[in-house]
Amino acid sequence: MSEPDPGLSSGAVVAEPETLHAPPPRLSSPLARLALDFCASRPAVAGLAVILVVAVAAIFAPLIVPQNPYDLAQLDIMDGTLPPGSPSYAFGTYWLGTDVQGRDMLSAIVYGLRISLLVGSVSVAFALVIGSAVGLVAAFFGGGLDSLLMRIVDIQLSFPAILVALILLAIFGNGVDKVIIALVIVQWAYYARAVRGSALVERRKEYIDAAVCLGLGTRRVLFGHLLPNCLPPLIVIATVQVAHAVALEATLSFLGVGVPITEPSLGLLIANGFEYMMSGRYWISFFPGVALVVVIVAINLVGDRLRDLLNPRLQR
Amino acid sequence: MLVYLIRRLGQSALVLVVMAVLVFIGIYAIGNPVDVLISPEADLAEQQATIARLGLDRPLWEQLWLFLVNAVQGDLGRSFVHGVPALRLILERLPATLELALVALVVALSVGVFLGLWAGLKPDALLGRSIMTGSILGFSLPNFWLGLMLILVFAVLLQWLPAGGRGETVDLLGIRTSLFTLDGLSHLLLPAITLALYKTSLVIRLARAGTREVVLQDYVKFARAKGLSPSRVIYVHVLKNIMIPVVTVVGLELGSMIAFAVVTETVFAWPGIGKLLIDSIVNLDRPVVVAYLMMTVFIFILINLAVDLLYSLLDPRVRLSEAGA
Repeated sequence: MSEPDPGLSSGAVVAEPETLHAPPPRLSSPLARLALDFCASRPAVAGLAVILVVAVAAIFAPLIVPQNPYDLAQLDIMDGTLPPGSPSYAFGTYWLGTDVQGRDMLSAIVYGLRISLLVGSVSVAFALVIGSAVGLVAAFFGGGLDSLLMRIVDIQLSFPAILVALILLAIFGNGVDKVIIALVIVQWAYYARAVRGSALVERRKEYIDAAVCLGLGTRRVLFGHLLPNCLPPLIVIATVQVAHAVALEATLSFLGVGVPITEPSLGLLIANGFEYMMSGRYWISFFPGVALVVVIVAINLVGDRLRDLLNPRLQR
Repeated sequence: MLVYLIRRLGQSALVLVVMAVLVFIGIYAIGNPVDVLISPEADLAEQQATIARLGLDRPLWEQLWLFLVNAVQGDLGRSFVHGVPALRLILERLPATLELALVALVVALSVGVFLGLWAGLKPDALLGRSIMTGSILGFSLPNFWLGLMLILVFAVLLQWLPAGGRGETVDLLGIRTSLFTLDGLSHLLLPAITLALYKTSLVIRLARAGTREVVLQDYVKFARAKGLSPSRVIYVHVLKNIMIPVVTVVGLELGSMIAFAVVTETVFAWPGIGKLLIDSIVNLDRPVVVAYLMMTVFIFILINLAVDLLYSLLDPRVRLSEAGA
């Protein structure tokens, strides 16, 4: 940001820093209040910090980790199944040990986090968009369309997500994209139901009548007026669903129907280490699992706090 | 009530048929079972004979029609791999899965209600808060990894309990069960804990929320004012009323337990239908996959119906005719 030059005072330039350095009115904005309330809970802040650190590590994985775990030229088969803390010939130390092909587990975990978080966040984003569109349409138009859509939602939600995803992947085959598609299909119904619930309440309020009376288009009323007011519960569900999606993906990959062997997520790393665990070489399964649990707990802590803050029944 | 029941049964039958068609067409699209089933040394004539014997040479719609007609008569096809009726294969394995799911359900209910009640009565005490934090952990631990860690600690490091299999079983009314032998129970313990943990956390949360609401109600205050002992107030007045949401959710969760058993059974090599499903998906044994799904859908529909009916018995305020609309 450039410092305004006092010599060249034109109205706009002088006005800018004043609005930037005016904390009291800013604090009363709903978002800032939410942030302040959020920080009051220490576990939630810790969870958020963990998420940020993990996300940054996953995004910049190639710059951080000592080894590209999927570049076979960098692997040394002689370094296979070394326990944590063993010295390496190529670089420093294998802090978390190596797998049977001599792959540094720490590097593999960071790369695995990448896939897990990618699948989790992308699938939630798509499910959120599709689900809320369906929910809004159902609530706004009502009637036969509403009951048809909600019947589909009911039927789908009466089957456990893991089973539906398992069957879809048995049909689709392996692949990151296919896992994402399966997770979107599994998850959209949650959002559809939640949005419909709050939209049914909101659409009876006067501001929607006003917007309709002003002659605004249906799309504008739906997405410009109705949707923003249905957002709070959606944010909570979306947060928790990211954790759910990451866990579900790991489970599917563990069962061998998730991501392919060339792009291992945390679940596949754990599955690969399963057979070595019986002989006491625990680290191949143990550390990816710890990473998985840390990520899921962190997301759930944040989600829990958000639920408390955004729940209208608990609002002060 | 009767109208409601008829309508529900009609809906269920429709769902079953739609699922059958979807699943059959979907499963038909995966892979070519001939590649897996026929040895590469077989000549062309043998291959053709096998394909014809399995009925894979007919068009999709004809296979689908045959499947539906046979399914109505209780025949869900023959397993490509085992050569026996798929339904029989599943029914043989079903008791193992049900046993696992029921034991896990009992564990989840008893532990969950107890801890949830405690946390709800003393929400600000250290114990109450640690129970809640623990339940977040219980939600977050992936089922399969928990199983692996239990195996690591109790089977590999301590060598107290077996790592897999079902152990010694005894026949009870024609059903094999491992509930009545020490060996069977020791095999059952780890898988049951693994399967129960997630539901336990869920029950803890429900029971806690219920307790916090119920203890503020007038009838609880009145019971106290009447001079009833605190334990009677808690175990009769409070407990009874927090059971309504718990029973509904747990009933529905029995279905998801059977589904989640897929994961637990794979980890612990438990010979139930979940393990059968994974093996069949890997082996492209289409009839077994389809039969498994039909069976599970059927069980789910049954459970959902039972829960709805039970709910109306537990809570007279619920009118079933409204729920069906």
